[in-house]
Amino acid sequence: MSEPALARPHSCGALFVAFTRLALQGFGGVLPVAQRELVERLGWLTREQFLEMLSVAQVLPGPNVVNLSLMIGDRFFGWRGAASAMAGMLLAPLAVVLLLALLAAQAAQSASLPWVAGALRGMAVVAAALVLATAIKLLPALRKSPLGLPLALAFGGATLLAIGALRWPLPWVVLGIGPPAMACAWWRIGAVKRPR
Amino acid sequence: MNTVLFGPLGLGPADFAQLLGHFTLLSLLAIGGAITTAPDMQRFVVGQQGWLSDAQFSASVALAQAAPGPNVLFVAVIGYNVGGLVGVLATLAGTLLPSSLLTLHATRWGERQRESRLLRAFTTGLAPLTLGLLVATSWILFEPAAQRLGSALLAALTLAIMLRTKWSPLVPIGIGALAGALGWAG
Repeated sequence: MSEPALARPHSCGALFVAFTRLALQGFGGVLPVAQRELVERLGWLTREQFLEMLSVAQVLPGPNVVNLSLMIGDRFFGWRGAASAMAGMLLAPLAVVLLLALLAAQAAQSASLPWVAGALRGMAVVAAALVLATAIKLLPALRKSPLGLPLALAFGGATLLAIGALRWPLPWVVLGIGPPAMACAWWRIGAVKRPR
Repeated sequence: MNTVLFGPLGLGPADFAQLLGHFTLLSLLAIGGAITTAPDMQRFVVGQQGWLSDAQFSASVALAQAAPGPNVLFVAVIGYNVGGLVGVLATLAGTLLPSSLLTLHATRWGERQRESRLLRAFTTGLAPLTLGLLVATSWILFEPAAQRLGSALLAALTLAIMLRTKWSPLVPIGIGALAGALGWAG
């Protein structure tokens, strides 16, 4: 018995409350808060379990933290747990962000408040830089990729060019660049034969 | 009241169906998070349909990042600005339903196959695409403000804060709101 005794939520309601609580603390990203709340405060998962689930959540399409909430809810109470955790993750923050959007839309229309539109434009510049910072933080992971850095940069650069500069539709770009990239990865992984 | 329900543009059922359809399609392509599909959402909502301006699109994403909760809620703000609460329903359901159903079905399979060559080739091959999509997203959000020197300085400051300190993203967002309100950037 190597598994330490873990706490667990006693009901779907407890899941909902826990995920609402952590989502509302997550300014600019929920992931760090989720780790702290679920692993450290509530003790529902070990750090290793959390990392494993996160890596699976990141492989799947869709928002990572929403996928993670589905997986954790499913682990405890099946699909009812998944729905409770996802609802907790989304409902309260949705109400907050819609209220903000409503206020911003009205303020941006009124001529007496030109600074609101200005503030939103300034925040948009920051949002752009936040996304770029995420990309830069992921760059070291690409260096360790079995593809090798030159090939990885070529596929990444081709995607950037097709979407950012040529503005091609995403489905064609993913279908056009994805399979060759996966084929190269398949071949490289086999060629390396995992040193270990 | 109608503006809140259906948005300011007077969209009809066919428009909402298109909105739902496009976001549903993008859901399964959202490798590396929903934000990577932002360039295609912008291409559709701004370029093809003309429902929002460049600046409105970027502001929608920014608003969601300033609020608590998962960043995917930027699709709700886009939905609201395009088509009110019905628009929210269309963009949010489209974005979340396909990927959530897939997640529920694929989770157990994925945990077993994590070391398999096929799954590793899949994730390894897609990682560079994710990175390219993130950089494209960043550029598309930045573009409406790109003419101004203040914007470039603000972006550089944000990058420095995020890469060199452990401060919360709320700090640069606050600075950005202030700089934009004073007319220095954006």
